[in-house]
Amino acid sequence: MEVILQHLTKKFPGRSRKNPEEVTAVNDFSFTIPDGSLLGLLGPSGCGKSTTLHLISGLLAPTSGKIFFGGDDVTGLPPENRGIGLVFQNYALYPHLSVKQNIMFPLENLKGKDKLSRQAMLDKALEAARLVQIDSLMERRPGELSGGQQQRVAIARALVKRPRVLLLDEPLSNLDARLRLQTREEIRRIQQETGITTIFVTHDQEEAMSISDLIVVMKDGVVQQAGKPQAVYDDPANLFTAKFLGSPQINVFDGEVRDGRLLLGGDAVLDVPGVSHRSVYAGIRPEGFIPDPEGPLACGLRGVEVMGRDISVLASHSAAAAPTVRAIIGAKHMAGIQGTYVRFALQPRKVFLFDRDTGERVPFQAEAVE
Amino acid sequence: MMNQKQNKGWLYLLPAILFLGVFMVYPLFDVFVYSFEEGYNFASQTYLGTGLYNYSYILHDPYFLQAVKNTFILVVITVPLSTALALLISVGLNSIKALRDLLQTIYFLPYVTNTLAVGLVFMILFKKTAYSDGLVNLLISFFGGNPVDFIEGPYWAKMFVLCLYTVWVVLPFKILILTGALASIDQTYYNAAQVDGTSRLRTFTRITLPMISPMIFYLVITGFIGAFKVYSDAVALFGTDLNAAEMNTIVGYVYDMLYGDSGGYPSYASAAAVILFAIVLTITCANLLVSRKKVHY
Repeated sequence: MEVILQHLTKKFPGRSRKNPEEVTAVNDFSFTIPDGSLLGLLGPSGCGKSTTLHLISGLLAPTSGKIFFGGDDVTGLPPENRGIGLVFQNYALYPHLSVKQNIMFPLENLKGKDKLSRQAMLDKALEAARLVQIDSLMERRPGELSGGQQQRVAIARALVKRPRVLLLDEPLSNLDARLRLQTREEIRRIQQETGITTIFVTHDQEEAMSISDLIVVMKDGVVQQAGKPQAVYDDPANLFTAKFLGSPQINVFDGEVRDGRLLLGGDAVLDVPGVSHRSVYAGIRPEGFIPDPEGPLACGLRGVEVMGRDISVLASHSAAAAPTVRAIIGAKHMAGIQGTYVRFALQPRKVFLFDRDTGERVPFQAEAVE
Repeated sequence: MMNQKQNKGWLYLLPAILFLGVFMVYPLFDVFVYSFEEGYNFASQTYLGTGLYNYSYILHDPYFLQAVKNTFILVVITVPLSTALALLISVGLNSIKALRDLLQTIYFLPYVTNTLAVGLVFMILFKKTAYSDGLVNLLISFFGGNPVDFIEGPYWAKMFVLCLYTVWVVLPFKILILTGALASIDQTYYNAAQVDGTSRLRTFTRITLPMISPMIFYLVITGFIGAFKVYSDAVALFGTDLNAAEMNTIVGYVYDMLYGDSGGYPSYASAAAVILFAIVLTITCANLLVSRKKVHY
């Protein structure tokens, strides 16, 4: 089911007389989510991603804008008539009901011609449970399950009615690191097996990048950028997206462009053809540094972190926004990194320039340099 | 080390243990002893003999039987009625936004009002005097009915007033507890139920009720115990001579046997108290057994 959001806006009224300003949680959100894809809504806390999800679910009504599922305008429909499955951040499993009863709960609500026989409900519940591999736990209560198992039950309950759209609110935030890796693969598998258009909300960029077909990066209720995860990473539209995506974070420098060259702290470090004379922020991805004794960028060496395959060089530079500049380089370069300073050459495709005032990307011809 | 820690613990508990021992445990034990001593006399600290005579006496005393009957009627009517009413009002309060605080305060007022003051209000509502038949009788007459003397009239009328009074007095506490329990239910359960298209009735019976069942159970148990111990309510309505009014309760009977006009019989009073204890213990155990099956987590 294709999901279309048109100029979706949600404003919350001011809390009190003291604080009467209304809050715009989602601002003019327009996007089309292709049928059968997995969309990651990504952003820091308070960016409006959960509000967007609740607007799609129908638990919140938009201030303006429209939502379509396929050809149907569902903007005015209550959640129960939209054909959605929703997995809550805290799972919201009914603690007094067994796993089986929890999964069957949505089916028992069906009325009239949709009403199912007891056997049909059991079959469907078992089918959903098998899909998430919890069919051996059917008689347990949620309190007797681990976090990961509870998560699966919540997904099974959301899937049992075969929703047109599956919505997941921070599905992994309550799990520990190992389980998180495992569960995100699981969500991907379930989504691909069922082919249900799925939208999930997360503040963890790695999570979103790893399993999504598409990601939407939000900030302060405004969509910053949308697209395939790799494309957004390789071609950030502004400083916010560049900083938000990628781990370790991108290194930001105060820079200046003069005569088509990028100057950091007075040293010309890279040719940036096509950019006029101006002050910029220069973002350099950690993997964009190439250790080179002749390289143009000289940094103080603060330390080295060994991570096995790669090593992480902690450096410092007078023009850098943060005290530490982090470069990730192949372990084979380890021998060259010693003493009190280190020199790097830069990979042009890993360097992005941003306007000082707006934070918008200032493009340059990376190909021309190579 | 461990031992020292334990000694310290006991030391901290000592004041409470001493206090409870002297004023709670010893008297309880003493009541059992008294109840088997025939004709115990406070002044001379003597008794005639031991045996079950006290029990036999009170079980044949029509006043005691009347008190037991009254108490049971009161318990059976007021505990379910007040709990159900409190649930209804709490759910109502929980689902409205406007005036909620005001209404909550109004419902809580009886709890902070003195029992005897409330009794006075009930007098104005129900008592026949030389000047007025009471507000309720005025209403009954207005709608063409025959006035009833609720305070000195037929048994059912007096029992009605006593039950009404008891329900009204215990309601605020129950509403307070239940509104608290309802407010503590995580809103996402209701969101989940809504997404699944759950009807309001089903949401109430399958989600709300089970979630607050521990609190309901708590209210039923304390309600039973409280109703079995009713005494001051009856006094507030019908005065101190409850036997004459046929409105005595078991606790009232115990009190009368000790200090009332016909009092001075600690042995009979003790036997009645032990019987009350046995009844309350039985009912509470039965409650616990039922709750094991019905109350979730």
